[in-house]
Amino acid sequence: MNTKQRNNRFSKKGHPNKSMLKHAFKESFLKLDPRNMIKNPIIFLVEIGFFITFILAIFPDAFGNSNVEYWFNIDVSCILLLTVLFANFAEAIAEGRGKAQADSLKKSKIETMANLIKGLGQIDIVPSTKLKKGDVVLVSQGEIIPGDGEVIEGLASIDESAITGESAPVIKEAGGDFNSVTGGTRVVSDQIKVRISNNPGESFIDQMISLVEGAKRQKTPNEIALNTVLISLTLIFLLVVVTLPFFTNYLGFQLEIPVLISLLVCLIPTTIGGLLSAIGIAGMDRVTQFNVLAMSGKAVEAAGDINTIILDKTGTITYGNRMASSFTPLMEMPKEEFLNWVSLSSLKDETPEGRSVLQLIGQLGGTIDEKDLENAKIFEFKAETRMSGVDLQSGRKIRKGAVDAVKEWVLEQNGTIPANLDSETMVISKEGGTPLALAVDHQIIGLIYLKDTVKPGMKERFEQLRQMGIKTVMCTGDNPLTAATIAREAGVDEFIAECKPEDKIRVIRYEQGQGKLVAMTGDGTNDAPALAQADVGLAMNSGTSSAKEAANMVDLDSNPTKLIEVVAIGKQLLMTRGSLTTFSIANDVAKYFAIIPAMFMEAIPKIKILNLMHLYSPISAILSALIFNAIIIPLLIPLAMKGVTYKPLNSNSLLKRNLLIYGLGGVIVPFIGIKVIDLIVSLFI
Amino acid sequence: MKEVRNLFIPIIRMSLIILLLCGLLYPLVSTGIANVLMPEKAEGSLINNKKGEIIGSKLIGQNFTSPIFFHGRISSIGDNAASSGSTNYAPSNPNMIKRVKQSILDLKKQNPSIQVNKIPIDLITNSGSGLDPDISLQAALIQVNRISNETGIDKIVLEKLVKKHIEGRQLGIFGEEHVNVLKINLDLFKLMNK
Amino acid sequence: MIYTILTIIIALFIIVIVAKPFGHYLAIVFDYETVSFKKTIYPVERIIYRLSGIKQNTQTWKQYALAFILTNGFMMILIYLIFRLQDILPFNPNNLKALEPTLAYHTAVSFITNTNQQHYSGENNLSYFSQMAGVIFAMFAAPASALSISFAFMRGLSGKAFGNFFVDFVRAITRVLLPIAFIMGFVFVFLGAPETLGPSVIAHTIEGAKQEIARGPIGAFLSIKELGNNGGGFFGANSAHPFENPNGISNFIQIILMFLLPTSLPFTYGKIIGKKKQGKTLFIAMLMMFLIILGITLVSEYQGNPDINSLLSQNTHGSMEGKEVRIGIGQSAFYSVVTSATETGAVNNMHDTLTPIGGMMVLCNLLLNTVFGGVGAGFINIMMYAIIAVFLSGLMVGRTPEFLGKKIEGKEMKLIAVTLLMQPFLILVFSAIALWFPMGYHSISNEGYHGISQIIYEYTSAAANNGSGFEGLKDQTPFWNITTSIVMYLGRYFSLITMLAVAGSLSTKKLVPESSGTFQTDTAIFGMILLGTIFIVGALTFFPTLVLGPVAEYLTL
Repeated sequence: MNTKQRNNRFSKKGHPNKSMLKHAFKESFLKLDPRNMIKNPIIFLVEIGFFITFILAIFPDAFGNSNVEYWFNIDVSCILLLTVLFANFAEAIAEGRGKAQADSLKKSKIETMANLIKGLGQIDIVPSTKLKKGDVVLVSQGEIIPGDGEVIEGLASIDESAITGESAPVIKEAGGDFNSVTGGTRVVSDQIKVRISNNPGESFIDQMISLVEGAKRQKTPNEIALNTVLISLTLIFLLVVVTLPFFTNYLGFQLEIPVLISLLVCLIPTTIGGLLSAIGIAGMDRVTQFNVLAMSGKAVEAAGDINTIILDKTGTITYGNRMASSFTPLMEMPKEEFLNWVSLSSLKDETPEGRSVLQLIGQLGGTIDEKDLENAKIFEFKAETRMSGVDLQSGRKIRKGAVDAVKEWVLEQNGTIPANLDSETMVISKEGGTPLALAVDHQIIGLIYLKDTVKPGMKERFEQLRQMGIKTVMCTGDNPLTAATIAREAGVDEFIAECKPEDKIRVIRYEQGQGKLVAMTGDGTNDAPALAQADVGLAMNSGTSSAKEAANMVDLDSNPTKLIEVVAIGKQLLMTRGSLTTFSIANDVAKYFAIIPAMFMEAIPKIKILNLMHLYSPISAILSALIFNAIIIPLLIPLAMKGVTYKPLNSNSLLKRNLLIYGLGGVIVPFIGIKVIDLIVSLFI
Repeated sequence: MKEVRNLFIPIIRMSLIILLLCGLLYPLVSTGIANVLMPEKAEGSLINNKKGEIIGSKLIGQNFTSPIFFHGRISSIGDNAASSGSTNYAPSNPNMIKRVKQSILDLKKQNPSIQVNKIPIDLITNSGSGLDPDISLQAALIQVNRISNETGIDKIVLEKLVKKHIEGRQLGIFGEEHVNVLKINLDLFKLMNK
Repeated sequence: MIYTILTIIIALFIIVIVAKPFGHYLAIVFDYETVSFKKTIYPVERIIYRLSGIKQNTQTWKQYALAFILTNGFMMILIYLIFRLQDILPFNPNNLKALEPTLAYHTAVSFITNTNQQHYSGENNLSYFSQMAGVIFAMFAAPASALSISFAFMRGLSGKAFGNFFVDFVRAITRVLLPIAFIMGFVFVFLGAPETLGPSVIAHTIEGAKQEIARGPIGAFLSIKELGNNGGGFFGANSAHPFENPNGISNFIQIILMFLLPTSLPFTYGKIIGKKKQGKTLFIAMLMMFLIILGITLVSEYQGNPDINSLLSQNTHGSMEGKEVRIGIGQSAFYSVVTSATETGAVNNMHDTLTPIGGMMVLCNLLLNTVFGGVGAGFINIMMYAIIAVFLSGLMVGRTPEFLGKKIEGKEMKLIAVTLLMQPFLILVFSAIALWFPMGYHSISNEGYHGISQIIYEYTSAAANNGSGFEGLKDQTPFWNITTSIVMYLGRYFSLITMLAVAGSLSTKKLVPESSGTFQTDTAIFGMILLGTIFIVGALTFFPTLVLGPVAEYLTL
């Protein structure tokens, strides 16, 4: 199923609308508070520059004699203020988008009344916000589940569209892997008892809200490292600018303070400094828009570093519901009789496999007669036995299931195994099919060929992953032969057959031992340890709450293939950061050539030769560079939000591409930009 | 701190041993061997006159002022080989331009026949060491007229002398062609005393 | 000019041929597992170890760094004492006085930090004992220390144990520096460099004047001066002095010796980390910077000084001021670029007298400190830029940056950030101080724009541990002695220790296996990114200063 076509709860709110812009506009002024600004030292420095030039605009001689015209100070301080506002705006708009998502999450958190079960069957009606961890509530048909929890009694179909956007109700029942319910979802039928698993304000949704709001956003290690570099560059340029007057003083001329501040602001990496937090927030948002909730920014970045992805075969790589595609009789027996046994074995089998068997019988012209099943004893399929079956009233026993399980059962009945069983089983396995053995009493009468189909497009995606340097490991409960065939068909790199949850942890530990980062998806309680062990664990929303707690991401749509997209988003996040940093630093070349000649031209006329762009005048040159420096921030906001285009290429071609666009572009664009702005500015001077 | 103390023993002893090995043994042994193998060069390529007095080193320039000799390059230290160095005039230093102008005037006065655009640059610039023993071929040739006038030695003889003293590039590649002023003047001195 | 180009081609050809095998030789002789020289050098080393009380245990990076700092500190004290006591020590035939305290301190710091900045004139101030036990000793100790550190650094990067500083130090001397210096010393004597302990001689010239000729044990001095990228001259005029550079071929050999260790280390690195191509990439990147700088310098020097050209009404001479006839303009310029690229600091012509652009190029070599760079230190510096380049390009391919399979994270970037900050801090802040106080700017000998160049050059040379100077600067004053000592000291030890700490931090990290998503650091594209990073992060910082100094001088000439 294509995730993009699904009703995505967030997509409509993803694009900034008018009220969001308005809010961001207001926020960018509120953020001017120096106590807040100091968290972003680069932009804070610009703000200090603004304060100084602002004072100069009012008292031109506040810091000693000055010969600049008063309007120049005003212009510079205005542009600096704009620069700060633009940077704030970038952050505010990213936060605003997060807020919009948080709001829609909050909507699902309507306060409801809950039926709290007290000790002796007494029921108190309390507001949902008062529920504590461990409380047990009763939820009946039509009511809203008051909080996250586990079903401890009963079975109900639940409409989770408020969370997932999926309209079809899902079944939740006590015990097993489908016992977790989310607050805000509605019980459509039946009645369940739910044990609340979180204290107020700590629920799953609460966590998500605070994360997407950016309130709890912590800088990721990578962001910290990049910030260190940027601050170091800022300090270097601060040194350059602060020491410059000493040099000119020796040569006998003074530099004006606004000019020095302009140079400083142009040189320090304001572009990336202004956009850095927006990039981080937007990266988280992109994940959220995808209906995946990440527990931390770090998890999203880690996704970009993944070396190995562990995927379950069923439901992820293949459709999972294996379809019967042919029957292989192993005993001499009329076709009708054989088909009859087959149909008897599957009539009460509600699994998709069972249904497909009946379907195939229909296609083959067999008749389905339920008469024989009267008073029959039904054995449902169980993981322990790996068989299902019926004991007919006539005393005949029919068993259907995994070949070795059925074989064992037959042997227990002192039955015989057909000589060609193993070879026929092998044939089916080799073709990637799953053989089901069908036994009647003490004889195996035939095999059912179940075919598993690889989802379309998976092969291409694995190929892309390979190019990105990511290894895929398929986990399946199938036997090695079947697993190998599917693995080949899907194009995964490795597979683990007859995989148990412990095997997943083993593989994860093994890969991590080699320094690799591992991602996996899971939903069951027994997946929880592996999800916790993995660097990126994506739990399905349909899964158990323990799985969700162990994971660092939850997919609301419960679509395991999304892991691949999450990896791409993680990479895109880092790429956006790197590309814009490169762009920002590369811009310095042009800015130098705009400002340096302008600064020194008056004292050393021959320096004019460095005015490569032939800017109109020293003042227009400085203003143009400053204006360019300011407006590049809002111009790049969409890119920071969207992220740079990510193509699943190998690292060298990616690097070449980004280097060309953002490195070379970063050198060339400001030359053009400053020149164009200068042409406009010169009209006003 | 115990760690630091443990370090002190090797630090002190090793430093002293390396000082003995590299600071004394190495140069002293080298000096000893060099003086046995190449005594003339090891002593500084000194030139003695017949009386056994040292009259200079082949490698060290001397400040010839008399018009009868070939003159070397400008030396800010007067070719005092007890020290070395130059005035380190930057290209933009006005004093250098003044000095160059003066040199050109002096050269024209001493050698009236030369044209300004034929003056070789090495004659009007300070050498790096202040002890440059060499001049370019051109710098030697423009002095021939003056020396011929002053000494009465035929110009052709002098030109031959200059040609004889051209020291080419090492292995035909390294360095520049030059004339050693002390060596040519010694030969010139012999010619005069004939 | 054609001969200069030929010289350059031959020199580079020799380097390209020799650097790789010599680099591999270094990797082998410093390896703790292979035992070479069982018969010849091994016994000598064993004696040194035993006499010194060296236990050949493995050190952590912190112990290694501590041993390095303390050893250098102790040696500095020894050298200081020698300079201070030279009047009562032997081998002082010219009866020279002791150095004054700040000068002795400056000189001691200068030599032990591999800088060899000289605020004295060798022939006038140092006795032969000081030249040998002080200077020659330091000329072995400083490069041996840096070589050791660079090996510890490379081992750390490759995930091996850091080794033992004392063992590495002794090996650097016994297996690399001493044998080569010993042989090359005789070559220089053969070419004309004196090697004597006799006093100055008085020559009676044929014009009847007296000429005092200073001499000394120069051959042995010269070989280690160049090989160890030391560069301090026996004489004040350094390798412009005919005794210290008798002819074109001695000039050429000095160039090769300066090049030898810095060009070999990238290949050593490639071998130690097991990725030879990576070493080659670094070598080519550095060579490209070198060729660009060399090209511009040559053009500028051959164009000469327009003012002089106009006085002579011709313009084909080139700049001969401060250069020697036997070496010529081109090979002097070549030497200047090599001595600055390799942070040697020996000069065969006066850098103060270089044309503005020629001087700026030489200054750029010092500012970048990555065009091969001094033995060990330069290599470590380029590795710093390499890590920054890896960081940026790693982000650009969408992965947490990895260098040699180790993740580069906050801790490493913090260390690199302060290292990166140190150099402009030392150069710009101290230059500003010198330009502010009369004690500083009164030493300027060429007023105006060139004055700025002189001061910037002095501190850059100190920070980069080069040691050459725009020697017109009258720097033999307590102000200059003390400020440049601080700059040399921090320029040397700060970055070596922080980078060793980076290696220490990386060495503890898990190795991330390579995949096609890993950013490759041995490709041409990485070489280009490295150059871009050096240009934008390293060089652009100094653009305003260069404009006010050499560029303004050039434009107003």
